[in-house]
Amino acid sequence: MKTLRWFLGAFVLTGLVTFVCVRHLSFLFYPDLPYVDFYGRSLYILILASVLCLYRIARGPTSADRIVAVDILGIMIVGLCSILTISTGRPWYIDIGIAWALQSFISTLALSKYLEGKGFDE
Amino acid sequence: MLTGLGLIFVGAGLAFDLFGCLGLVRLPDVYNRLQAATKCVTMGTCSILFGTFLIVGFQAQGVKALLCIVFLLLTSPVAAHAIARGAHRSGVKLWKDSVVDKYAEDREGEA
Repeated sequence: MKTLRWFLGAFVLTGLVTFVCVRHLSFLFYPDLPYVDFYGRSLYILILASVLCLYRIARGPTSADRIVAVDILGIMIVGLCSILTISTGRPWYIDIGIAWALQSFISTLALSKYLEGKGFDE
Repeated sequence: MLTGLGLIFVGAGLAFDLFGCLGLVRLPDVYNRLQAATKCVTMGTCSILFGTFLIVGFQAQGVKALLCIVFLLLTSPVAAHAIARGAHRSGVKLWKDSVVDKYAEDREGEA
């Protein structure tokens, strides 16, 4: 069972790394962007990290694992919005990032108070 | 010149994000996962935002990226500390090879 899990993880990681090296998401960006290969592949790397976070959310043994993974996913999406600000040339993506950071902080505090077993108004 | 430096910052931030999430998957305990993931991902995201500032320059987007760095550096340790405190108080066990638990000793001293 352990060897099967190792084999599956190594297969998924090598497959995604090969996919990142071969293709890039260039259709999202404006056509004369410099370094378009770099930005497309960076989106793939962030998607891979988000998939790892979703794995931990789906298969956390305790609820504290899930809260940690949701917090980490929220911080990473701020970075994703920042890369989209550069690569699409639309300046309102970074506003989405700031609002997402605020929302993620408040929701993490509320979830940790809930985990502690107290009321929300304490 | 500044664009190249910004691209280096963005690449370093992506590497930190990926290794932080790998630690989130691979480590054995809630507290170990929290340590690896929070430090690495906060550093990586701040590096990506600083790279954005270097690439864009002193426009509205760049200044907002600097503001977002300050906000993340202020709020992320607070959130991690709240999660660790809540997990310890709700009775999540440490990993079986952990050697010290200072917070449990302090709480025994309180009670």
